[in-house]
Parts: sequence; structure tokens; C-alpha cells
Amino acid sequence: MGRPPAEPDVGCLSESDDWPLWEVFLRGRRGLAHQHVGSLHAPDPELALQNARDLYTRRGEGVSIWVVRSTEVHASDPDDQGPLFDPPADKAYRHPTFYKVPEDLQL
Amino acid sequence: MTAGVAGLSALDLHEVALALGDDCLVLSHRLAEWTTHAPELEEEVALANLALDLLGQARSLLSLAGEAEGRGRDEDQLAYWRDDRDFRNLLLVEQPNGDFAVTMTRQLLFSAYQELLYDRISSGTEPRLAAIAAKGVMEARYHLEHARLWVQRLGGGTEESHSRMRRALDLLWPYTKELFEPTEAWGRAADLGALPPLASIEGPWRKTIQSQLESSHLEIPEFSAWQSGGRRGSHSEHLGHLLAEMQHLHRSHPNATW
Amino acid sequence: MSPTYSEESRELAFQEAIDSDRTVEPRDWMPERYRSTMIRQIAQHAHSEIIGMQPEGNWITRAPSLRRKAILLAKVQDEAGHGLYLYAAAETLGVERRELTDLLIAGRQKYSSIFNYPTLTWADVGAIGWLVDGAAITNQLALTKTSYGPYARAMVRICREESFHQRQGFELLAELSRGTKAQHEMAQDAVNRWWWPSLMMFGPPDTESPNTAQSMAWKIKRVSNDDLRQRFVDMTVPQAQALRLELPDPDLRWNEARGHFDFGPIDWEEFRQVVGGHGPCNQQRISVRRAADEEGAWVREAARAWEGRQQSRTSAA
Repeated sequence: MGRPPAEPDVGCLSESDDWPLWEVFLRGRRGLAHQHVGSLHAPDPELALQNARDLYTRRGEGVSIWVVRSTEVHASDPDDQGPLFDPPADKAYRHPTFYKVPEDLQL
Repeated sequence: MTAGVAGLSALDLHEVALALGDDCLVLSHRLAEWTTHAPELEEEVALANLALDLLGQARSLLSLAGEAEGRGRDEDQLAYWRDDRDFRNLLLVEQPNGDFAVTMTRQLLFSAYQELLYDRISSGTEPRLAAIAAKGVMEARYHLEHARLWVQRLGGGTEESHSRMRRALDLLWPYTKELFEPTEAWGRAADLGALPPLASIEGPWRKTIQSQLESSHLEIPEFSAWQSGGRRGSHSEHLGHLLAEMQHLHRSHPNATW
Repeated sequence: MSPTYSEESRELAFQEAIDSDRTVEPRDWMPERYRSTMIRQIAQHAHSEIIGMQPEGNWITRAPSLRRKAILLAKVQDEAGHGLYLYAAAETLGVERRELTDLLIAGRQKYSSIFNYPTLTWADVGAIGWLVDGAAITNQLALTKTSYGPYARAMVRICREESFHQRQGFELLAELSRGTKAQHEMAQDAVNRWWWPSLMMFGPPDTESPNTAQSMAWKIKRVSNDDLRQRFVDMTVPQAQALRLELPDPDLRWNEARGHFDFGPIDWEEFRQVVGGHGPCNQQRISVRRAADEEGAWVREAARAWEGRQQSRTSAA
């Protein structure tokens, strides 16, 4: 399944003259990984970075920003995981609650 | 009121803080006028950031000017109760927004100047000015970068954007000589090392602008009938209207607090 | 290869997932009506943020102190930012912001009718912060648990950032209320004009709200219009007392039995007029937005052209 077609009743499906879409990733503080925070429109990488700084760090959040063209993001298909929303249930050993430890221990 | 440690007279400190503060206040007002009119929503956020930074600088500088003066005037009394003849800002910053090319050209010319100025003031001998400039220089650098990116894109974009940029430069260039004309107070402050001599930053400024314009397929206009007077309170007609709008409500309720 | 499912079984599984509070994410399968409802609602919300900049923006250049000017500028800037978060959420559903902007400008998608009222005095800035943002936050807090993930996440961010919006409005009005006589009158006049439109922000009564049942089932909407409205009234009445301002409703009184405030009838005819495009500022709001879009076209095009040239230079090198 690819990207869904635009909803028919929204109309106006003319060739867009919009600036392209960019995904924005922010490192909240040192020691953390970059996290996806949202997206924005910009004509090029430099302005995308500036816009991201203005938009997503207005309150001083973040020490480092990545921007990636949305079209460059390749995503897995959620349907490949099995019927709709079923989480993978056969690898319980990946989760910490799988293991019994004495309750009075901090582990 | 206390004089600066460097022996700068309180009145001179008042004068120079007022000049620097008025630049910020008036340009901030102009940038805020863009609200809901920006060419793209992302740019709404960017322009508001510039306006907010400059407003913050204006408040610090006007507060300092009021303190130095020692007559109990705070930032609001200085902003709202002076007439245009008492404003000390450059003519450049009061020029109307025009189109986006004019606004970004004005920003480039001013931010390049402010960045050099603040950089030098931050290592100057007047500690209160230096502290404000040290914070402001980071902001000015960012403003310069934003203006630089846009001038480059508009200069090298379409035929229309290129010709709009040329018109903007022709329109604003006459106001640039004033950037480097010292008042007497400025001269004395420079002698004491609180401010840089303006002649010393004119060269670097011109170099920055020249290389920026070159990379944007633009050039410095050849001849200009120079305009100046803002630092002495001789303004263009535009400032009076700006102040009428800015001051009207505050002055309609003389004893009110907000 | 992914297995195939019938439309019907997909719909059933979708509803089951929603019922068990599973969040819907962009690439999940979803019924087309869910998608179109979501697009419409998020777009309307985004448009409201952007159009909502105008009534408050009207006072930025006239703000009566530099502190207030900074606060207002930051608030209106936030609204632009929130519009952007929301358009981005809508775009995950397969529409482009350009299409949504075109629909707004063409009058084919709505925004909150509250912004079709004018801001006549400085006190209106306070009334908008206190009442309009208060109503919006009541609504948005409920939406942080909405079923569509990107929308819910945008709401969380927006609610966090908006916490100062209502407070500044309250503080602004408090200052006016205890200020000079003229200031107090200005504040009361603003509250008189904004109270009823704020109550209308929650939409028509549940009995006349045709989409509510489906939206509740899909957990697009989590609390009904009337319940949210009551929640807002109950929250606001004590605040008005603290402000020493009157709410313009003679029927407003505590109902011990219900445990809520009763309030008078809302003028739904006025609501229909404003929603139908005949409010005081409908045309003005759209024409400002259209002008900005049209006058910005050459700038957007220049940036695209410049980037195109950079690309071809890179590939030629």
C-alpha cells in the first residue's frame, strides 16, 4: 500500500506549487537521540533548517536539528506486520516484564 | 546617576543607549507590521522572531537609557512619550516595509551593521552596554543569516525577484551612509572605548555587503543622494505615522498601567 | 506479501482497534470517511489558528506597553506555529497544505466563527485570551486523546505551548479591571461582546449536531459539544468573579441539583449567520489571507527557481 490518494472531496488537485515538505528531527539535549517532531515546508535545506529552528525551538528546546525531505523517507508497510494493528506477540522475551525478578530488588 | 566605569558621562551613555535602542524599537515595529501578511506561513514565524529579538533589545537599551538619565523614565515612558524629533534611530530602520525584497534588503543592511557593532561593544569598556551587546550579537548574527539567505534567493531567483531586489537596493542605499556618521556623544564614547569608532566598522560592513550582493547577482548602486539626520532627530515623514500608531493608546490613558 | 482483507472486515477491525484505544497512525488502513472527516476537522482547526492571528494581530502595533507588545507578538507567533503543526498533521492524511489553503481562500472550508468578530479595543485582546483561548483549550484538552496519532500529538504540543495564552489574557483583563474607570469599562465592554460568541465556539447543541455520534464512535471527538460548553461555563464563572467583571447573562446561576451553572439560551440564529459568512469580519478575514497568499507568490516562486538552479548546477558539476 503506497501513500493514500488525496481525499476526493477536498478537490483542487492541481499540480502543487508549494515548497516541498521536510521532516524535522530534534535533539532535545545532549545525550538524547534525535526525535521526529513534525514537518514543515521550505524551498531548500538551508531555509528548512532556519524554519525548523524558528518553528520547533521557539522555547529554547533542542540543541541540534536534522531536516530530511519527506520524499526521502522510506517507511515500512504497517500491513506487513500482520492483520491491522496486531502487535508482534511472539517475542515476549524482548520486553522487561517477561522476566521475573525478586520484588525487593531494583533491577 | 552613575557614570560608566570608563568615565563615560551619564548623559552620553543615555544618548548612545537611546540611539541603539530606538533602532531596535522602530525596526521591531516595522517587522511586526508583517504579521498575517508574510509570503509563507513559515516566514510569519521567522519575521516574528526577528521582531521579538529586536523588541527585547530595545527594552534593555531603553531601560539603560532611562537609568543613565536618572530622571525616572522607564522603557515605556521613553517609547511612548517622546515625539519624533526626540527619536534617535537611523532613517534606514523607519523606512516602510515595501515588498519582501525591501524588507529583506533593509534587514541585510542593518543586521550586518548591528552584528559588527554589537561584536565590538560586547568587548567594550561600558559593562552594561557590553552585556546587552553580548546577548544581542548572537541574535544579530541569526538575523543577518536569515536576510542573507533571502537576498541570495531573491537576487538569484526569477527575473521578477531580481528586479525587485535591484529596486529595493536603489531605494535603501541612500540611507546607508548615515550608519557611519557619529554623533558627538558617540565620538566621546568611542574615545573611551565603550563603542567602536564608526569609521572602523564601515570597511568590514562594506565588504560583507559587497560579497553578499555579488553572490546574489546584485551590486552596490553607483550613486546615491545620501540622506541622514535620524541620529539628530531629523526623520523622514514615515516615522511620525509609525509613532502615531504605536503611541496613541498609551497616551490616551495618561495615568493608566497596563 | 501482505494478506488481503475484505473492506468490511477491515472496518470491523478498525473499529475494534479504536474501541481498545489503539491510536491510528498515518499509514494504517482507515475507512475513507474517517480519513475525510479527519482531514476536514484538522484543516478547519489549522485555518482557525491562522485566521485567528488577525483579530489579535490587529493590536500588536498599538499595544500600550512594550511588555504587552512582546507578549502579544509571541502569542500571535505561536498561533502561526500551531497552524503549521496542524497543517502538517493534515498532510499525513494525503492532502497538501496548498490544497487546504486554496479551499480556505475559496470559502470551501471553514474556520472557527469566533474570529469573524472584530477587536474594537485593547481589552478585546484580553477577552480573546481569557474567553476564546479558554474555550479553545477546553476543546483541545479533550482532543489530546483523539484517535488519530498526528492530530493528538499536535494537540499535546499546542496545549503545552498555549498554557500562557489564557493566563496572559486573564492578567491583562485583571489589570484593566482594577485600573482606571475607563479601563474597567473597556474590559467589561469586551467581556459583554465576547461571552456569547465564546459559548458558540463549542458548536451547535448535541441534539442538532449530526456528525457527533460517528465522531464519538471513532474517538475523533471525545466529549460532546454541550458537555464541553458546560465544562467551560463552570470553569469561567468563578474566574469572572475574581476579575470583578460581569458575564452578560441574567440567567447564569449555580444549580445545586445539577452541580453545574445554568445559563441562558444561546442565540443560534446569530451563530448560523456568522457560520454562513455574514458575520462582521468574514470577508475581511479571507481577503487578508488571500492577499498575503497572492502577494507572496513571487517570493515562493523565486525560492523555488533558485533551488532549481542549485540542483542543476550540482548535477552538472
